[in-house]
Formats: sequence, C-alpha cells, structure tokens
Amino acid sequence: MSSTVLLTIAMLSALGLLSAVILYFVAQKFKVIEDPRIDTVTEALPGANCGGCGYTGCRAFAETLVKSTSFEGLNCPVGGADTMGKVAIILDRQPLAVEPKVAVVRCNGTPDNATRTSYYDGAMSCRVAHSLYGGQTGCQYGCLGCGDCVLACKFDAMYMDPVTELPVILDDKCVACGACVKACPRNIIELRKRNKKDRKIFISCVNKDKGGPARKACKVACIGCGKCVKVCPYEAITMENNLAFIDSTKCKLCRKCAPECPTGAILEIGFPVKEAKPAEPADAAVS
Amino acid sequence: MSNILNVSPSPHQQSAETTRKLMYGVVIALLPALAASIWFFGMGAIIVTLVSVLACVATEYLIQKFILKTKPSISDGSAVVTGLLLAFNVPSNLPVYIIIIGAIVSIGVAKMTFGGIGNNPFNPALVGRVFLLISFPVQMTSWPLPQGFNTGYADAVTGATPLAIMSEGIKNGETVSALMEKVPTHMQLFYGYMGGSLGEIAAAALILGGIYLVWRKIITWHIPVTILLTVAAFTGILWGVDPTKYADPLFHLLTGGLMLGAIYMATDYVTSPMTAKGMIIYGIGIGIITVLIRVWGAYPEGVSFAILIMNAFVPLLNKYIKPKRFGKEVKHG
Amino acid sequence: MNNLKRTINVFKTFPKGGIHPPENKLTADKPTVILPVPAQVTVPVSQHIGAPATPVVEKGVAVRAGQLIAQAKGFVSANIHSPVSGKVSKIDTVVDTTGYKQTAIVIDVEGDEWVETVDRSTGLLKEITLTREQIIERCQQCGLVGLGGATFPTHIKLTVPAGKKCDTVIINGVECEPYLTSDHRLMIEKGAEVLTGVSIIKKALGVESVIIGIEANKPDAISNLTELAKGFQGITVQPLKVKYPQGGEKQLIKACTGREVPSGGLPLDVGVVVQNVGTAFAVYEAVQKNKPLVERVVTVTGKSVKNPGNFQVRIGTPVSALIEAAGGMPDDTGKVINGGPMMGKALAITDVPVTKGTSGIILFPAEASKRAEVLPCIRCGKCSSACAMGLEPWLISVLGQKAMYETAEQERITDCMECGACAYTCPAKRPLLDYIRLGKSTVIRLARERITK
Repeated sequence: MSSTVLLTIAMLSALGLLSAVILYFVAQKFKVIEDPRIDTVTEALPGANCGGCGYTGCRAFAETLVKSTSFEGLNCPVGGADTMGKVAIILDRQPLAVEPKVAVVRCNGTPDNATRTSYYDGAMSCRVAHSLYGGQTGCQYGCLGCGDCVLACKFDAMYMDPVTELPVILDDKCVACGACVKACPRNIIELRKRNKKDRKIFISCVNKDKGGPARKACKVACIGCGKCVKVCPYEAITMENNLAFIDSTKCKLCRKCAPECPTGAILEIGFPVKEAKPAEPADAAVS
Repeated sequence: MSNILNVSPSPHQQSAETTRKLMYGVVIALLPALAASIWFFGMGAIIVTLVSVLACVATEYLIQKFILKTKPSISDGSAVVTGLLLAFNVPSNLPVYIIIIGAIVSIGVAKMTFGGIGNNPFNPALVGRVFLLISFPVQMTSWPLPQGFNTGYADAVTGATPLAIMSEGIKNGETVSALMEKVPTHMQLFYGYMGGSLGEIAAAALILGGIYLVWRKIITWHIPVTILLTVAAFTGILWGVDPTKYADPLFHLLTGGLMLGAIYMATDYVTSPMTAKGMIIYGIGIGIITVLIRVWGAYPEGVSFAILIMNAFVPLLNKYIKPKRFGKEVKHG
Repeated sequence: MNNLKRTINVFKTFPKGGIHPPENKLTADKPTVILPVPAQVTVPVSQHIGAPATPVVEKGVAVRAGQLIAQAKGFVSANIHSPVSGKVSKIDTVVDTTGYKQTAIVIDVEGDEWVETVDRSTGLLKEITLTREQIIERCQQCGLVGLGGATFPTHIKLTVPAGKKCDTVIINGVECEPYLTSDHRLMIEKGAEVLTGVSIIKKALGVESVIIGIEANKPDAISNLTELAKGFQGITVQPLKVKYPQGGEKQLIKACTGREVPSGGLPLDVGVVVQNVGTAFAVYEAVQKNKPLVERVVTVTGKSVKNPGNFQVRIGTPVSALIEAAGGMPDDTGKVINGGPMMGKALAITDVPVTKGTSGIILFPAEASKRAEVLPCIRCGKCSSACAMGLEPWLISVLGQKAMYETAEQERITDCMECGACAYTCPAKRPLLDYIRLGKSTVIRLARERITK
C-alpha cells in the first residue's frame, strides 16, 4: 500500500479516536440525570402525541406521570384503561377507574330541519364564520358546517356529510382526545360516556333561545318545554337557558324521554327499531 | 324578501386578475421570442415547443388525476408556461423522447413532489433543463445554427454558440478581438441571428416581451434590471482590466440565456423573493454567480445554475428581509 | 383638465401600497333626497364604540324627536336620541347588522314633533358662541360619534388628554370606498355648514390650521369647498390622488402632513386629530342648532338598482325601507352590503335598522356576489405590494390560520387595518383577510390577558 493510503487511514483513525474521546467527556459533563422510568412509561404510551391527555406529547405526559403521586386528573384517552393499567404496573400505583368516552355532535340542523336563510361564502372555517355572523340559519348556536372539527381530528374519525352538512363521528375510530371539542367555536361537540354497542341518547341541540324563535329556526330544536325532565326516572336531565341536557353519566338508556320530546330533539342512536303494534283483528266482535 | 343573500366577510370585491390570466400573460410575452425562434430555426422550433408544452401539461394532468386523485389544475396555465420555458432552454433539434423526459422531470419531480404550484423551491423548467444537460450532454450541447424558416426538424447544421466560441477560445489563449471575428456582431446577437437554444437567441424579442410583462404588472423591474446591471458591471470591470482576455459587457448581455433567464426564469413568482429588497439581493446574486461560472467555471453558460443556486436562498431572503413597516414600533409597557 | 391632472398625478398621496378598484360612483350626481319618516323605527342602544347606552324610557312612553332615550354608560359611550315622535312599542333584543342580537328601542311613529330645544331652522349660522369646553360638552350631550364608519364618540376625540398635543386637524372628505357618495353630496350641498362645523372643531381643539383631504374624483366638492374656505380662517383644501385606502386615517395623515402614526399609537401621537366630514356637519348641527344625531345621509346604490341615490334618513329606519325608496330590491340581487364593498358588512336579512355608522347600502347582482374559487398561493407578493401598512398578508394570513399567534404578533398583525386591499389583489382569490382578522383578534385578546395578569 502506498504511503498516501497509509497516511489517510492513520489520519482518519486518529480523527475518529479523538472525536470519540471528546464526545465521551462531553457526554459525561453534560449528562442529564433522568428518572429511567420516564423512558419505560413513554414506551408504554401509544406514542400518538395527540395532546388528548392535556400535555404536549407522550414524553411530557410520561414525565408528569412519574413525578406525580397519584393518577388524579391524568388519563390517556387514546390508550384507555389498557395503557393506564400498564403505566400503573410500571409505577407501582393504583390505577384510577376511568369511564371510556366518545365525542358526540349535538346538532341536527340539516338543510331539511333548519331552513337556510343566507349562504355563507367566506373562508371555509367555522371560526371565521362564527366571528362573522349568526350563521346560515335562524339559529345562531348551531353547526356552521365548515369542518374545523374534521380538520382537527388526527385519528381519521370524522368526516363532513355533504347532504346533512353536519360532521359525522366514526365511533370505532374516536378515541375521545377532545381535539374536535376544542376546535368547535360553538361548543357543539361533547365528550359523553361510551355505552355498550355505542348506544347514545342525547339532546341534539344547543339552542338557548326561547321555544318560539328556536322552533322557528329549526324543526328539531329543543324548545325548553321540560317534558323530558319530568319523565326521567333517574334525574339525569336538567334544563338551563331554555335547553335540556342529559347527563351521560346518570343516563341509564331507559328511553323514556325520547318519545316525550315534541320536536324530536332527543336522538336515540344504536337501538333496535321499535316494532309497530299488531293491528286489531278485523273481525272483532262488537256486542 | 325572497332573495336568499350571500354573506361573507369583507372585502366583497375581487380584482379581475387571476392566476390563469397571469400565466397566459407570460405566454403572450413569450410569443415574439417564439416567433423569432421559428423564423431562425424552422420546423424544429415548432416541434420542440409543441412537444414540451403537451408533455408538461400531460404530466401534470396524469399525476393529479391518477396518483394524487385530486382535481386537475392544468387550466391555470402554469404547466403551459413551464413547457414553453423548458422548450426555450433546449436546442431545436432535440429528440422528442428527451424533451418528454425533461417535461416529466420538470413537472413531476421539480413541481408536483413538493405539493404542486406554489410549493416548489426550484424553478421547474430550469431543473428539467439542467437534468437534461447532465444526462444527455451531447444532444443538449449541439446547437443548431440559424438557417431560416425552411429548416426541417432533423436538418439543422449545428455549431457552438457565440458564448461557447468565446469561452473556448479564451481558454485556448486566443485574444478577445480575434474571437470577435468568429462570432456574430452585436446587432446580429440583438435580433437573434446566432446559434443557441430556442429562447436565448433573440434579445430584441425577449426585451419586447419583458416590457409587456412590466406594463401588464405581471413582473416588476427589480429582478431583470438588477441581474442585467450586475452582469454588465461585473463583466465591465473585467473588460476594463484586460480587454484581451474578457469580452465586453454588451456581448455578455446579449449571449447565452441571460436575457431569457433575467426576464422570464428568475422572475418566476414561486421561486423568487416576495419583497423588493429581497429581489434586488437575489438579482445581484444571480448576476455575480453567472459571471463567475461564465469566466472561471467549466461551463460556458452560467445563468441556469446561478438561478437555481439563488432559488435555494429565497426562503432565507423571505424570512429575514421584511418590507418597511408603516409607523415605528412603540414599546408597550 | 382634472382628468389630465389625475393621469399625470399632480396630487399628493401615501407612498406605500394601495390599490385602484373601479370607482363606480353611480350616485355622485344625485342630489340628496329627504325620505319621509317610516312607520316604525328600531333604535339599537349600541351604535358606537364603547359601552352600550342604557335605555331611559319604557314601553308605552311617548317620545319626541330629539329626546334622549338612552343614556351613555361611562365616558367611552354615547347618548342615543329618538329620531322620531311617537310611542315606545317595546325594548327588545333584535337582530342587528351582524346577525347577532342586541338590545334596541322600538318606537311606533306618530307625526313628526321635535323637542323645543332643537332649532329646526335651515339658515346658516356662522358665528360660534360656545366656548371650547361647551362645544365638547354639547357634542357629548347630542350623542355625536364619528360618521366615517368607526363610530368613535366625538367628545372623546375632541378632548386632548394630558401629555399629548394637537397642532393639526385633518377633515376626512376622501370617501375612498367605491360606490359611496354621501360625503361627496354633503360637501356640495352643505359646504358652508360643513366648514362652520370644521371651524367649531378647530376651536374645540385649539389649533391654527385645518386640512380637508378630498380625493381628486370629486372636483366639484374640491372647488366648492376651496371657494367657500376663503370665507373662513385657517382651512385649506388638499386634493389627493385617488387610491384606496386613502381614507384610512393613518394614510390620510401621511399624505397630508408626511407624519407616520406609530404602530399601536393614535394620531394624537403625531399631533393630529382626524374627523370625518359628515361628523363635522353633525358638529355644526349640534353646536349651532342644538340638534342631536338622529339622521344621516345614506347612499343606496348598485348596478341593477332602479333608482340609486343619496337619502337622508332617520336613524332606526329599516334598511328594507331604504331599498324600497331606491326602487325596490332588484330581482338579481345576490348580496346586500352595509357600507362600502371593501370594508362593509354583508347583510343576511334586510330587516335591520340604519344606525349612526351606516354610510351606504350596496346591492350586488348575483354574478358579482359569489367569491371566486380559492386556488393555491403562487407567492406572487402582490398582497404585500398592496398593503399600505407594510405587512406581508400572505404570511400573517397563514399564521392566523395555523394559530401561530406569537409569530403573528412579531409580524405586526395588529397593525393591520383590515382594509381588504390584499384580498382584493390576490390573483389566487385566497381569503387572506378572513384569517388575518381571526389571528389579529386572538393576538389582541392574548396581549390583553398578558397585561391584566
């Protein structure tokens, strides 16, 4: 081998060795002592960095988990009970029992139900439309249909239905991270308790106007009559500002409220269709 | 009232200028140069231009419709402009398959991979041209001589461009004055009687188009004037120092793709700075790099590389050079 | 001669940015028509910047025109007076021009009786007998607000706070918005009254010189006021180049005096106070005739409108009545705008009342009512060239959209005056201003929260 090659090999090896030594000492001097459990917890978390826990990422959440003494107020909605159970084992703590939730859109202002009184032609953003005016219908509380919620969802769990002009949530994909709830400028989307078979009973309206104007704006608005409140055997329904609200943690899905509602504002999702009553026999004898 | 009204935030009027009108304005500005190239190079010019434009439009359409599955946007005219400019950067006898490859690289690689119009950091036509230059050096450097309108596509007699003659000659030690005998006169260079690519020959036609662009407010004077002034100044200094080794500034201004580059390629909206100050720095950079490559580099022509290099600096220029704000800042308590 | 002057531009202007939308001053030659009193008026209690006024009348109470019906709440507020005589029908929440609800006093009209304190004579009263303090007090009593559209309470503007000085008053007769001509007609028809009002403002602020800025597309107004100004002290008429937004007060001050109002500052920081020419007229009526602000001139216009014109209406008249006076809503109407096409608000319904800030109603035919399709940004930079405040709309619009509020604040998003020149110019028809407004309001809210913490 020529002297050039030998010299090159020697130079590069020396450089490599020198770099390694410098790096070793620098790494030692600037070492950050970290609780090794933070790494283990981070690995147990889903790694989606969605912010559903309220922290800026899975690692930030892991740091908070390790530093705190209990699980109070700390939950990963994406991983759910499974993940929190794993974390509990790593940290040798009692896990909290948390109810799984799902996002629900509480507005049924389709073009059929809520007549369009104007056409919105601005930027396709609910926030822009909301700051501009009351909306395309007579209801100034209802869904604006521009899809800020759909854009916010990082789990492909939402899409905008072009016919109803309302957002649709895919229950099997929704992890209740809350991004859509934050994105909606009118607080129409709510995280409600998830029931078996994804059944839901809720008041699909957020209109706080008195019954007359509310009904005029939308056929299926809540008019604040209070019949549902009276009929609920579990006191799960409350009335405030002409608007009824069903508490999903108290509701037992008994279905007594929905038929009471005169406008059809209460929606029952996921239940088997009620059978029609059998017809009276035609030849019933009349004595 | 029976009318259902439209509601939107202000403003409620929009100007009549659209992206499509701007793009087709550039096409119109390039028509004199196209006419000159057909006049001097004949059938080849027509074929090369047609193939390039069709290939660029087709590439964009196919990618958008079948790969991206979005609504094709070819009607905005930007692919047509890229096709024209790519054609203007290649010889009139370039084989069809090479043009098509160039179009696929220009649109497919340099534009669509970055997200389509508005997102590409480098000028697509120049990326295509440089790709072809490096991949097909022989075909891309055999420049047809101007033989007139009746020349067939494959009939062109080729020779070196005036810039190449000058550059090679100087490297071989000949004096500039001797070389000036071998190249067309300044007047011939001005109206296009010279060998070269489709678009680089007719400075007069290019300048005419440039005036149209400024009048139509499609481009501003900053970039073309700065590039040309920088090149003139730099080559002027060199020529002043040693006129036997360096060609005069007017020669440099009229040869190579400088006019084409300064007026049409460097002024591409997407890849040029957004502020006037930024544009001037950009223009000076292009001018300096062009002359550096022409005089001391391996290639006789430097404009394409100069523009591509300065394209890389544009995000930096946009980030740090801001327009002059109205009203000085007041520190709030 | 004026056209030649305009072509070679001998007129002063602001140096940075600006656009030239088509002027469409269809009603420039139409003399002001006084509309009869409507059958019912709806008077909102908030027609100004600041706290809404508190009603001082109740359902069933009889009122006369010029009577106080709502009291200003605090210093930054304005009184509201009844524009008509009749009975208060109800005090209710009604939909206003924004589509949201606010409190308004609804009055069923009976006859047209005024309170005795108002001088209803039409002759010109040139002599100013009130002192500085009395002038400002009268403006406050009469509920005067800026009639250029911002509706800032006039008595506050005429009060120079401690530590600031005022040496120049500029009167805004620019009316740079296309279509609008109410100020133009005022300067032609009531020139002497306007100049008297200007002198009153001059006295209230204690300045030696007043400049009236008028765009060069109103040569009759310029010559009328220039001629009349010879009979007054210290008033100069300054013709200005036609360029939008020349009427923005910062641009107006720059063009007339060369001074630049600092970012986040007020005209008083450079020693200037700007008042609209309509406000000057209202000041004349308030100070010389003791007449509160209860009516104004509104331009009703549009290419399909049968009878476009300038109408003097009582505050509270429904916009639908104005449209009827202009020949009814054309069948092809797609958009109704309260204000000018660049900064006005689109109405969802026309059953809303005229307020102190209503300068015009424009009816756009359907083909001019829908925005063009939004295309990707081609980074042409035309928006930045159009911006009179030296901002980069392409950047702050994206920052507002992506909620990058810190960067937006550094990029001076709060300097934006929402004139709309950027969105007008954009060849890709991007809704730049929609997102800039979003970003700007959030940045202001966050800045306020930082201060109050």
